[in-house]
Amino acid sequence: MITISTDPVLPTRSTGLVISTYQGYSMNKMMICIECPKGCSLSVDYENCKVVKVEGAKCPKGTGYAISEIECPSRILTATVVAKGLDLKLIPVRTNKPIPKKDIFRAMEEIAKLKVTEPLQAGDTVVENFLGLGVKLIATREATC
Amino acid sequence: MAAAISASENGVKDILLLERDQYLGGILNQCIHTGFGLEYFKEVLTGPEYADRFIKKIKKAPDIEVSLKSFVVRLVKDRTLTYLKPGGMYTVRPRALIMATGCREKTREMIHIPGTRPAGVFSAGLAQKLINIEGLLPGKEVVIIGSGDIGLIMARRFTLEGAKVKAILEIQPNTRGLIRNVVQCVEDFDIPIYFNHKVLRVDGKDRVEKVTVARTDEKMNEVPGTSFSIGCDTVLISVGLIPENEMIEMAGVAIDKRTNSPVSKEVNRTSMPGVFVCGNSFKVYDVVDRVTSDSELAGKMAAEYLRV
Repeated sequence: MITISTDPVLPTRSTGLVISTYQGYSMNKMMICIECPKGCSLSVDYENCKVVKVEGAKCPKGTGYAISEIECPSRILTATVVAKGLDLKLIPVRTNKPIPKKDIFRAMEEIAKLKVTEPLQAGDTVVENFLGLGVKLIATREATC
Repeated sequence: MAAAISASENGVKDILLLERDQYLGGILNQCIHTGFGLEYFKEVLTGPEYADRFIKKIKKAPDIEVSLKSFVVRLVKDRTLTYLKPGGMYTVRPRALIMATGCREKTREMIHIPGTRPAGVFSAGLAQKLINIEGLLPGKEVVIIGSGDIGLIMARRFTLEGAKVKAILEIQPNTRGLIRNVVQCVEDFDIPIYFNHKVLRVDGKDRVEKVTVARTDEKMNEVPGTSFSIGCDTVLISVGLIPENEMIEMAGVAIDKRTNSPVSKEVNRTSMPGVFVCGNSFKVYDVVDRVTSDSELAGKMAAEYLRV
C-alpha cells in the first residue's frame, strides 16, 4: 500500500499516474477508502475485475469506493483555468463527477488551453461534456469584472 | 464567517467582520482540492465552494458589516482595536471580540536544516498560493520535507502541473497527514515517500541544487553511512502549523508558549473575559467542518457573554 522506501538509492521511476489493472486475477486487496477523512481500511475480494465482497467499510460510500477502485478507478479532478479581464487571475475548477484516472493528464492538457473571460458564480459550467466523458467542468469560485 | 453568522443567529445585532485580504474566505480560497464539507454539508466540496456557502450567508445577514483590506495593528486590554484600511486608520471598541486569525506554517528555520540559503525553498502553503492563486509554478523538480496534508496535496498539484516530485521525506515512521491524502495524492502518482528519513542539508549557490538526506533510527538520529543526495530546484517545507495569537498575546491574554494556543480549559475561551478565539487560532484542526462547528459555538458564546 504505502511505499516504504528505505533503499538509500533513489528509485529511478517515472512519476506517471499509477493505473492498476486487475484483469485475470481472483484475489483479495486491502485498500484505504478516501471518501472521507476517516480512511476506513477495506478488504476487497474480486474476480476478473469485478468486486464480489467488501469488508471494513463503516458506511455505504466505502463499498462504492471499493467497486469503483477495482472496476474503474476515478477521481474528481481539481485545477485552475486562466481568467482574462476578471478580478481573479485564475478560476478554480473541478469536474462535477469523478473521471477515470487514465484521463487525468489528458484533462490537464485540455484545461491548460481554456480561458474564462465572462464573470461567473461557483457552480457555473465552464465546459459541458468535458473530454466527451459526460461530466461537466465547473467553476468553484465566484469571479467578477 | 461561521462565528459571525452564529452570533447573528443568536441575537447579536451589531457585528463587524474584519478581513485583511480583499476577499472573504481566507485560506480556503487557495485550497482548490476537494474534501471539504463532508461532515457539515454532507457533500464533497472544494475550499472555494465551502467558503462560498458562507460568503452568501454573510451577504444576506443584515447585522453583519464586512470590512475588507482591514489589517488589525493594535489590540489593548479593554478590547480597543486599531485597524488600517485603504483611506485611513480606524478604532473600534467591541463589547465582545472573536479572533479567527487561523494559523501559520512552520518554516525552514524552525526545523534547523543546515546548508546554504539559495532561492527555491518554500513553505507548502506559499507554493499552493503561487500555483492556485497567482498562476506561477515555483519549480520543476521538487523535494518535499515533511508529510503534512498541505505537502501531500502539493505533491499532487505539482505533478498535475507538469513538475516532477522527486521525494517526500518524513522523519517519523508514518505520515502526519490524513491517510486519504497519501492514497490520492502520493500513491496515485507513484511519488516516492521516504519514512524514517531526514534532511541533512539543503545546497545550492543561487537556486536550490540538491538536498542531502539520511535514514534515521528510532531516536530520529542519522544512521551512519545511509546518506544520499537528491537533485532538485525546489524544496517545500510541510512540517506543521502554529496558531496565530500574537495580537491577543500583546493585549495580555495568556498563551501556552509550547503550542501558541490560548491557555484555556474550554474551547474558544481565553483568560480575558469577552475575548474569544476560534478555529485554527485556538488549535489546529484536521478538517474545516470542525472549525466551522466550533466557530459557531464561539459565536454563541460571545452572544451569551453579551447578554450577561
